[in-house]
Amino acid sequence: MSLIHLEKVTRRYQMGGETIHALREVSFTIARGEYVAIMGPSGSGKSTLMNIIGCLDTATSGTYVLNDVNVSEMDDNQLAEVRNKEIGFVFQTFNLLPRANAFHNVELPLIYAGISAEERRRVTVEALTSVGLADRMTHKPNEMSGGQRQRVAVARALVNHPSILLADEPTGNLDTKTGEEIMGVFEELSRQGNTIILVTHEEDIARHARRIVRIRDGLIASDEARR
Amino acid sequence: MTAPATQPRVVRRYPGSLLLAEIKESFFMAMGALAAHKLRSALTLLGVLVGVFSIIVVMTAMRVLQRNIENDLSRLGSQTFQIRKWPAVYFGGPEGFEKFWRRKNITLAQGRAVMDKATLALNVGLESNFWSGEVSSRYDKSPPNVGLIGATPGGFPARNWIIGEGRGLNDTDVDSAKDVCILGYRLATLLFPLGSALGERVKIDGINYTVIGVLEEKGAALGGDQDNFAVIPLTTGLNRYGAIWRSLSILVQARDQAAYDDTVEQVRGILRAIRKVQPGAEDDFEVFSNDSLIEQFKNFTFTVRIGVAVISSIALVAAGIGIMNIMLVSVTERTREIGIRRAIGAKKRNIMTQFIMEAIVLCEVGGAIGVALGIAGGNLTAYFFEVPPVIPLDWVMIGLLICSVVGIVFGTYPAFKAANLDPIDSLRYE
Repeated sequence: MSLIHLEKVTRRYQMGGETIHALREVSFTIARGEYVAIMGPSGSGKSTLMNIIGCLDTATSGTYVLNDVNVSEMDDNQLAEVRNKEIGFVFQTFNLLPRANAFHNVELPLIYAGISAEERRRVTVEALTSVGLADRMTHKPNEMSGGQRQRVAVARALVNHPSILLADEPTGNLDTKTGEEIMGVFEELSRQGNTIILVTHEEDIARHARRIVRIRDGLIASDEARR
Repeated sequence: MTAPATQPRVVRRYPGSLLLAEIKESFFMAMGALAAHKLRSALTLLGVLVGVFSIIVVMTAMRVLQRNIENDLSRLGSQTFQIRKWPAVYFGGPEGFEKFWRRKNITLAQGRAVMDKATLALNVGLESNFWSGEVSSRYDKSPPNVGLIGATPGGFPARNWIIGEGRGLNDTDVDSAKDVCILGYRLATLLFPLGSALGERVKIDGINYTVIGVLEEKGAALGGDQDNFAVIPLTTGLNRYGAIWRSLSILVQARDQAAYDDTVEQVRGILRAIRKVQPGAEDDFEVFSNDSLIEQFKNFTFTVRIGVAVISSIALVAAGIGIMNIMLVSVTERTREIGIRRAIGAKKRNIMTQFIMEAIVLCEVGGAIGVALGIAGGNLTAYFFEVPPVIPLDWVMIGLLICSVVGIVFGTYPAFKAANLDPIDSLRYE
């Protein structure tokens, strides 16, 4: 059963009268529980692909079916709901709210999901405990190390039990050791059955995934399973 | 670690709790934003603060003044009206003033005519203030602020003066202009601390008067001078202080509330006839009662209220533009935050709510301070007039409501701008 199915997805931008083809009829499928790395140099279209998979952007043409729902025809509000319930983002720059503490940052998706306060509290504590930050709940992002911040971000991504964990260069702003630590977290999440999509240009990081999709000039250059 | 994604979702959703949580969340974020930029927020609040302050301070002061006037007026007896040459309150230019000035005086003869002809009236009294100053007895002397009032017997019930001791004025006292006086309660106890004042002599403006009565104490006197006067026969006063340039006031008490209007009409008719006012011409005297005085005060304050409304709305519009400006800055500064919120599932509507809420919180904080200062400032007049302080609850509500409206009106555009930012671009915004 496929979780993500892209069929001839094309994305064009208009930039100063010039049309840029970021993606040209890309088709591929990701099954539930897969651990996939999307690789490619900058300008290859991998960010566009990630934005489309993450429902931040919509395709110019083609269809995108996520969890048996056709996402490509949804409006802005519906996409926001899909992002809230189906997708957990982890960003290179962590993207935590600077003035909010760890607890509040993780709780935020639950607020937009319309979940009651007691349940929010329970689920948030659970998520923060699972990434080993139960004792850092009242700390603000600037009171934590990079690794801890990224773990807060992972907890935030997981708190709504999404179908996909979408990580965009999750180790880009971390030193090698902390980066490995975060990759360990992903490894563990994958082993528990979570679907993870890793967007990166680093071979070392991509090697953690069990399938590597390479993008070049808006096309899939290679798609290989590892191990 | 966390539960696998394949596990069925256990989360329950409550549609009502979303809005509540959203408002709570927005409120705390707004307070946080306020605290993060203290000076900037304070300067922005200032506009709203001034606008609301000006409304509340004037409305409070007006209410205090009105209460003060009501207190003063309660001295007149029930169903009583007063006729004078001059209006009780006049707010106008010199040309109107001249009109009153040219009017003929109300003389003793006219007053007596009213007394004879006003068949509907229960009591008719004539009255004039002659002098004020120091009154002395053989024991003590008063401060130099005792009023000397000339009156006729009919003025006592109309004024609500009740004799506590001795007797009041009678017609003989007035007809033969006797040197007798009746003292207000406080004045009597001050001048004769040891015993009864009756039969004693007091010296007022250099002339001795025999005390024939003392009035009962008037209720709780806020100003403290409701008992601080002496009453002499009107004729005695006219003889001593001159009758030519003097215009008397006529006090008329109707039999009951039902006969009040008829009594007013009858007395007006009598006065118009004896003062030879042409039919159709305006009265050349003023009739007023407690109610008409309060009415007049309200008419006057209406103008003030309109003025305040105009000034404060200008202030609030200026404040609103300030709020809008700062909200636009805030939206730009927090582009990244907006991107994050959108990425984790905030709809445009949620972002709108958040930023409008922030604008409202900003306005309400300013408004609340303005209300507090306004009540304090307005009640300075209460302190000055020695009446109890007033909290105009209705205007507090209106003031705070206006703040919310300003927040919503001027917060909507920045919020709209925030909600329509592209999530991808705003996530990359540095």
